[in-house]
Amino acid sequence: MKVHDVLGRRDYALISRLIPAGSRVLDLGCGDGALLAFLKETKGIEARGIELNPEMVQAAIARGVSVYQGDLESSLREYPDKAFDYVLLSQTVQEARRPLMVLTEMLRIGNRAIVAFPNFGHWRVRFSHLMSGRAPKTHLFPHAWHASPNIHFLTVLDFEELTREQGWLVERRLFLSGSRRISHFPNLCAEIAVYLLKS
Amino acid sequence: MISELKTVRFGELALDSGETLRDVEVAYESYGQLNDRKSNAILIVHAFTGDAHAAGPDKDGAPGWWSSMIGPGKAFDTDRYFVLCSNVLGGCRGTTGPSSIDPATGKPYGMSFPVITIGDMVRLQHMLVQSLGISRLLAVAGGSMGGMQALEWAVSFPDAVYASIPIATTGRHTAQQIAFNEVGRQAIVADPDFQGGSYYESKPPARGLAVARMVGHITYMSDESMREKFGRKLRGREEFSYGFGVDFEVESYLRYRGSQFVGRFDANSYLYITKAMDYFDLSSGYPSLGASLERAQCRFLVISFTSDWLYPSYQSLEIVNALRSRNHDVTYCELTSTYGHDAFLVDVKDQTGIVRGFLARCERELEAAP
Repeated sequence: MKVHDVLGRRDYALISRLIPAGSRVLDLGCGDGALLAFLKETKGIEARGIELNPEMVQAAIARGVSVYQGDLESSLREYPDKAFDYVLLSQTVQEARRPLMVLTEMLRIGNRAIVAFPNFGHWRVRFSHLMSGRAPKTHLFPHAWHASPNIHFLTVLDFEELTREQGWLVERRLFLSGSRRISHFPNLCAEIAVYLLKS
Repeated sequence: MISELKTVRFGELALDSGETLRDVEVAYESYGQLNDRKSNAILIVHAFTGDAHAAGPDKDGAPGWWSSMIGPGKAFDTDRYFVLCSNVLGGCRGTTGPSSIDPATGKPYGMSFPVITIGDMVRLQHMLVQSLGISRLLAVAGGSMGGMQALEWAVSFPDAVYASIPIATTGRHTAQQIAFNEVGRQAIVADPDFQGGSYYESKPPARGLAVARMVGHITYMSDESMREKFGRKLRGREEFSYGFGVDFEVESYLRYRGSQFVGRFDANSYLYITKAMDYFDLSSGYPSLGASLERAQCRFLVISFTSDWLYPSYQSLEIVNALRSRNHDVTYCELTSTYGHDAFLVDVKDQTGIVRGFLARCERELEAAP
C-alpha cells in the first residue's frame, strides 16, 4: 500500500509543498507515474522514475513520464553524485532488503531525500499486537504475515535514531494520522511520517 | 492512400572506409504531412532485410513491414507526424548497393562495392533529411539494425534529432551475433553460383542465400514461439518419411521462408549489410560506450523484449546504464513477449502504448521550448 492509496491526492499536495518549482526529481518506486506527472504539470519539475512492475512502467511511460524499469536496490549506483535535487521514496523503505543502503544512495545521488513511511509505533498497531498476540493487522498493515511486502517494522523513533547515527540533517518532519497533520506524540499517533533529509 | 516510392540523388558520399561513393540514390517513402515549422518529422530506420516500404499498402496492395505501428491513430500517428523511411545504403530495394550500376564501368558493382558501415547509412539518411528541409527530426526510431541506426543518429548528429527510440538492439555486435552473420555469409559464398559476387548476368546463389535466411529466421524466433507454432508437427503426413525430404512443419516453414527471400533480396547486399552490423560498435573511437553517448543531446526510449535472445535485454541495459551514469534522460522498458526478436514487428500492443506516450511527451516539450 502506497501513501497515495491511503491519502489519495493529499500526499501529492504535501510532497508538492516540499519541492520547489523546476526541481530535478527522481521517484523511487514511482508506480504508474501519477505523482511525477502531477509534479511535472503543477511544478514544471524534471521528472524521472524507477519502477519494477512492467505494467506500471508502461502506464507511466504512456502518460509521458521518463521511467527506468528496474529494481531500485540495484539501480541507484549508476546515477552520478547529486544528479537530482530531490529523491523520493514513498512507502517503500519498509519493503527494501537493504534500507540503509537505499537511503545512503538517495542522499548521494540527490541533494535532498524525501522519505515517507508507515509508522509501526502507532497505537493501533501496538494495541493490535498486544491484544491479539499475533502479527498486527490494521488498515495500514492489512496483510497476513506471510503475504506482507513489509519486511522491516520501523517506527518514528527508530527513524529519528537512524538520522542521528548517520548524521543526516532533518530539514522537515511531517506526521499524519488519516489525512490530519499531527504534532504531538508522533511515535504513538502518526500513521505516516514524512521526512525531508539532507546529508 | 497508396505509398509511393520516391528517389533522391546525391553527387557523392564519403564513407568510413575512406572511399567515396559517387552518384548515390536513396529510395524513400513518406506518410502524413510535414507541418509549417517542420518539427513533426519522424525517421523510421529499418532492420536488416527491411526496406523503405514501412507503412500503408503499396501499388500492389502489400502492407509495409511496420504497418502495425505506422498509420492514422497508430503509435507513429500519421495524422500528427510526418513519417519517413528510406532503404539503407548497401540495400537492394532502391537505394544504391552492390546490385546498382557502377557509373565507372556501366556494370553492377558486385564485390567492387566499397565496404559500408552503420555510420555511412546514417550519414546518407541525414543528407536525405536535410534535402527535405528538415533541420531536426522529432524522433528517429527502429528495431534491430534500425535500433543501431537510431543510436548512431543520436551520437553522430546530436543537433538533428530530438528523441531516439532504439528497440531490441545493441550498442555493439557481440561474438554470437557476428557468428550467426558469418554462417549466413559463408552459406552464400560456398554456393557455386556465387561466382565471387558477379552473378548478375547468370543466376543468383539462391541455395546459399536461402540457407542464410533459414539461420536468420531461427534467431528471430524463440524456443517458446517455435514450440507453439510448429511443435513436432509433421507436414502433410502421418508418419516419418524415413528420408531427407520435408518431415516436420518447421522444416517446411524454413524452406519456404528461405526460397521466398531469394526473390526479394540480393546476396551481395546480404554480405555487405551483415558486415556493417558486425563492424557496429558505438563506442569505437571513444574510451567507453558512455563516452560516445556523451555527445547525444536527445532523450531516449529504449525497449527490449523478454524472449529476445538475439539482442537480449542486457545489451539494451548496457546502453541505458551508460546513459543513466551520465544522467541522460532515458526511458527503459522490457516488454513481455514470447515472440523472440520478432516481437518488435509482431507483438506491438504494449509497444504502441509506450511509443505513443513518449512521442506525445516529446511533442509537448518541444512546443513548450522557446
